Amino acid sequence: MRVRVEQTALPGIGMRHDLLTESGRRLGVVSHRNGRRDLVLYDPDDPDSCQHDIPLTDDEAEALADILGASLMLGQLSGLREQAAGLLTEQIAIPASSKYVNRRLGDTKARTRTSASIVAVLRQGEVIVSPDPAFRFDAGDVVVVVGTRKGLDGVTAILADSDPDG
Amino acid sequence: MHEETTILLIEVGALLFLLGLLGRLGRRIGLSPIPLYLLAGLVFGHGGVLPLTASEEFFAVGAEIGVILLLVMLGLEYSAGELVGNLRSAAPAGLIDGVFNALPGAAFAFLLGWDWVAAIVLAGITWVSSSGVIAKVLADLGRLGNRETPVVLSVLVIEDLAMALYLPLLTAVLAGTGLLGGGIALGVAVGTVMLVLVVAIRYGHLISSAMSAKDPEALLLGVLGLTLLVAGVAAKLQVSAAVGAFLVGIALSGPVAHHATEMLSPLRDLFAAVFFVFFGLVTDPRDIPPVLLPALALAVVTMGTKTLTGYLAARRVGIKEPGRWRAGLALVPRGEFSIVIAGLAVAAGSVEPKLAALATAYVLITVVTGPMLARLPDFAWFKLWLRQRAVTQRAEPLVTTD
Repeated sequence: MRVRVEQTALPGIGMRHDLLTESGRRLGVVSHRNGRRDLVLYDPDDPDSCQHDIPLTDDEAEALADILGASLMLGQLSGLREQAAGLLTEQIAIPASSKYVNRRLGDTKARTRTSASIVAVLRQGEVIVSPDPAFRFDAGDVVVVVGTRKGLDGVTAILADSDPDG
Repeated sequence: MHEETTILLIEVGALLFLLGLLGRLGRRIGLSPIPLYLLAGLVFGHGGVLPLTASEEFFAVGAEIGVILLLVMLGLEYSAGELVGNLRSAAPAGLIDGVFNALPGAAFAFLLGWDWVAAIVLAGITWVSSSGVIAKVLADLGRLGNRETPVVLSVLVIEDLAMALYLPLLTAVLAGTGLLGGGIALGVAVGTVMLVLVVAIRYGHLISSAMSAKDPEALLLGVLGLTLLVAGVAAKLQVSAAVGAFLVGIALSGPVAHHATEMLSPLRDLFAAVFFVFFGLVTDPRDIPPVLLPALALAVVTMGTKTLTGYLAARRVGIKEPGRWRAGLALVPRGEFSIVIAGLAVAAGSVEPKLAALATAYVLITVVTGPMLARLPDFAWFKLWLRQRAVTQRAEPLVTTD
């Protein structure tokens, strides 16, 4: 990590992490000992004082972390696409009629059959990064797949398959 | 049921119910409940409007437990690592704090013609800020993330640690054991505090693992029992029950401390309220008018010195002008600890009787005005004044170099 994150103990309260962005804004997170956390944004005119103090619930913090992480991941994926010619990234929605709804990722045998990898699943605004073979699909899940054109088309076909006997 | 017990139930019940209403009212108008509890105590105490009769003993014992719970919770708030880790960097600020705020109190006692025992008591009362009130004000104003907040907190930590040494000394002085006895008591206290800190840092997890955090009832009884036991033994050894409780709090750490904090908080709220009421009960309100002006003068002086303390402490770590004022003004309120000190002195009965009245008036003034003063730096006119000050300050050196 090239960004310098300052860590400061707040005796009796918890811990504060803050960093200075390239654009010159300071922002941080106050982690309370009881598990509560606040996102704090500092005043540009008075860098010692926080202008906004936004309490985040567990779910909100997780959602925010996922959004930030996901934008980063997708950015890295598109970078990857540029590096390796012929390698593509696609988001494929699982149709409700798919036979893999409620079944495990491992059951699709997608990688062995198409050489394309499922690297993430987007579910209700959340990102599940690197789902393991035991991961169960839901209707409406969107999978992020990396592979060749042929491989991606193969995964699309597998996931669209509605015949229970394969 | 016994006639006396019935009256006790009615009195205690009515008073607690009233405190509940007062606390609600206080929260509505953004006021700490401490002054309201004190006022309620004054109204129902000796020489008050409606003196209580049967419940005084209950409030006396409840108040003792209240002090012990206040202290054990204070100890639970900090881990031994935080206390020691903070010590070196915060010591200069703590020293400024002690000198600037204890000395005016002592000087004031001599000015009023009181003896040196009263001077030591008053020094303690003006020295310690209320960590409870201040932490709440900082959270309410959304300043926990501010860069001057660690400075404010570390001053509070040093004060609390200093209390662990001050209280046994005070207990010895109040008991009239003289210079030698006081010295021994202080030596014992220093030794015990050091020992507990070392044990807590090295073996805190062992002590904590002896109490399971899983079973709430066992944890509550275990922690409360241990605290009262150690506090009692400490009092027997003349080291002050409060310090014993504080040390138990420090020795506990990790999930046990966390869960114990949650379990003990409601109990602390109850008995701390009883303590503040009791302090009001034993203070005769007729004693207050004569000491009101001195209390006001003392409050003004020590508010100034506290502000200066915070200002200098924040400047030391490179905080800019507005942050220095925020740190200074946030430190102003005195509260529970000042009352604890005054309570010890009054219970010992060997000090100036007017001291309780002065302490009550003083805490009433600072605990009410303090949180308001803390808001000052957020007002536009204050920021404007600071900016103009900064401009003139920047202009001045130019003039002198010409």
